[in-house]
Amino acid sequence: MPEELYEIEANIPANPIEEYLRMDRMPHIWCPGCGIGTTVNCFVRALQTSGLDLDKVAMVSGIGCTGRVAGYMNLDSFHTTHGRAIPFATGLKLANPELKVVVYSGDGDLTAIGGNHFIHAARRNMDITVILINNMIYGMTGGQVAPTTPVGATASTTPHGNFEETFNLPFLAESCGAVYVARWTAHHVRHLTKSIKEALAKKGFSFIEILAPCPTLYSRRNKLGDGLDQMEFYRDHSQIKNGADTKTVALEFQGDIVVGKFVDKERPTYLQAMNQHYQKKFGDRYVPSEEMRKVFHA
Amino acid sequence: MHADPIGVLTGAHFIDGDHACSEGAIAAGCRFVAGYPITPSTEVVERIADRFPFVGGVFIQMEDEIASSIAIQGAVWGGKKAMTVTSGPGFSLMMEHIGLAAMTETPCVFVDVQRAGPSTGLPTMPAQGDMMQARWGSHGDYQIIAIAPNSPQECFDLTIHAFNLSERYRVPVMMMMDECVGHMIERVVIPAAEKIEVHNRKVYEGPKENYLPFEAGRDLVPMMVKAGDGYRIHVTGLTHDEKGYPNMSVSAQGKLVQRLMDKIRLHADDIIKYEEENIEGADIVVVTYGITSRTAIPAIEQARAKGLKVGHLRLIVCWPFPEKRIRELAGRVKSIVVPELNMGQMVYEVERCAAGKCNIVSVPHAGGTVHQPKDILAAIEKSIRGK
Ligand SMILES: Cc1ncc(C[n+]2csc(CCOP(=O)(O)OP(=O)(O)O)c2C)c(N)n1
Ligand code: SF4
Ligand SMILES: [Mg+2]
Repeated sequence: MPEELYEIEANIPANPIEEYLRMDRMPHIWCPGCGIGTTVNCFVRALQTSGLDLDKVAMVSGIGCTGRVAGYMNLDSFHTTHGRAIPFATGLKLANPELKVVVYSGDGDLTAIGGNHFIHAARRNMDITVILINNMIYGMTGGQVAPTTPVGATASTTPHGNFEETFNLPFLAESCGAVYVARWTAHHVRHLTKSIKEALAKKGFSFIEILAPCPTLYSRRNKLGDGLDQMEFYRDHSQIKNGADTKTVALEFQGDIVVGKFVDKERPTYLQAMNQHYQKKFGDRYVPSEEMRKVFHA
Repeated sequence: MHADPIGVLTGAHFIDGDHACSEGAIAAGCRFVAGYPITPSTEVVERIADRFPFVGGVFIQMEDEIASSIAIQGAVWGGKKAMTVTSGPGFSLMMEHIGLAAMTETPCVFVDVQRAGPSTGLPTMPAQGDMMQARWGSHGDYQIIAIAPNSPQECFDLTIHAFNLSERYRVPVMMMMDECVGHMIERVVIPAAEKIEVHNRKVYEGPKENYLPFEAGRDLVPMMVKAGDGYRIHVTGLTHDEKGYPNMSVSAQGKLVQRLMDKIRLHADDIIKYEEENIEGADIVVVTYGITSRTAIPAIEQARAKGLKVGHLRLIVCWPFPEKRIRELAGRVKSIVVPELNMGQMVYEVERCAAGKCNIVSVPHAGGTVHQPKDILAAIEKSIRGK
């Protein structure tokens, strides 16, 4: 590298998001044009303004390209097994309700192998925030079909085109009982940041689906260009419809994308329900854990 | 340390092994249990669910055993002692997370009340068919500890021991019960809390800068912190360095896996636990564990009444296996007889350690009930015929 370049680099002020990242792990593994990094940026911006004590925020990921997010965050972070971030997060939250527990993982991880955990955590209104990166593909393993791959798209295991019906994730989450449901794309950085901040502040199961390009294994194979082309597509084909009926927001191959905050409602969370139930039933005989007492019986 | 008296039901009880196991867990300080119903283990979680609201515990029935076996690990990193409880089909589903616990050095207890398999098998009937699975069921190389109680009293005592070992070595510990022991009702004496010894994981409280969560001292067991302590740890099932960061090198893999193996091997003599009777001068040793140790007793007594010099070695800790002791015995007895409620599993270990030095006789049983003592007696007699 020429010497002048070193000098220029040395003079660049630190990016304000650096303290939120494990800079000693850079460079990250993501491809050029991958949308995951953009979403991490939004997540960090949301954290910055959330007022949360970062020592009390924990992130849990499954396995995949998105699953690597936990490892780059300068938080207590857990890179678990494929599909199982949500039950790990459940145990962590129930052990210490003082923690804000965020699950950050991929579409395949959370809705294929981990689909059962997803629906049950939403049903329980478990007190966690789930951020799902939907790149419509299994990125890490080389571009296989996912439950989110649109009909008509090609993947390495559907070389002749996908004919399986896909999940409409906001509808799934709402039907199962999530109290906060939103969808954005990696293009909607400001909306997304605000939405993540809201989700973090929400009690109960909050869910954000983020469409993000996987140029390497989805866009190119489907002749959709690279990451930038995909971002332009998001820009030109998204419609913001806050409060839209989630039944109507299913995605189609290169079809219009309905984004927005679809659900924001109240319902007792798992921990609230548990504590209220035992309190009512047993009164002083109920002995919550010390951590539980701090949060629910102060 | 002593047990927290809040959870200890001091006194004499008439309960089954499953319930005794629940009480042992509570006495040991377990305050998080996740499980999924399966016969013959369900009574353990039913009692936990009943008792936990009064002792500061959280029980959750998860959507399956895969979820249960990782929810407990989340709870452990949240600072709790935790366990999950299952039987064969559920144990099979938990295998990936036994590996995760081994790799991330997450102390936790897996209770397997064994029933006859394979597959759904005989759901309400005993077996000991998961002994090799407990040791080898998850992929890759790792070590675990497995314990086999033979009475409700031991279900209580050894569940406490399982937690203690798990905390001490940061390793998943398996309580390998069986349907007989789980459903057998006997007198169980629960001592006063101050008489119950409880070990807790070593907690790191030093400076945050340059903290290496997976750096181990001479005992090869790293100290632990929990989420929320401000150390900003990273925990991964990927091969990792002392910092906990993924490291995809052959050398990091060699170093980590070697330590995971060595931390149990190094302490094997402290961990291994067995009970012996009439071993001195014996020509024949019957090696048993769990419920089979009790069905073997009449056979051994009858053989001794016939003048045969028969000793009894009962494994209490099955993994790690008492290699040295078996090697030693094989060098001076004529035969070792191994009755098991499976088609021959731990007998492979006996054969390996005996290395041809004495005659090894397996007394297999596909499960569903216990051995007839006469079958064990016949094997004892056959084992020295022509010797
Ligand atoms: C039990 C198990 N099965 C399969 C795999 C292989 N695997 C790793 S990541 C992955 C898919 C990840 O896809 P997704 O969750 O969409 O994440 P992305 O890489 O697209 O971000 C698979 C199948 C695994 N690690 N574990
Ligand atoms: S394969 Fe796709 S999802 Fe994975 S890093 Fe590359 S672009 Fe991103
Ligand atoms: Mg994906």
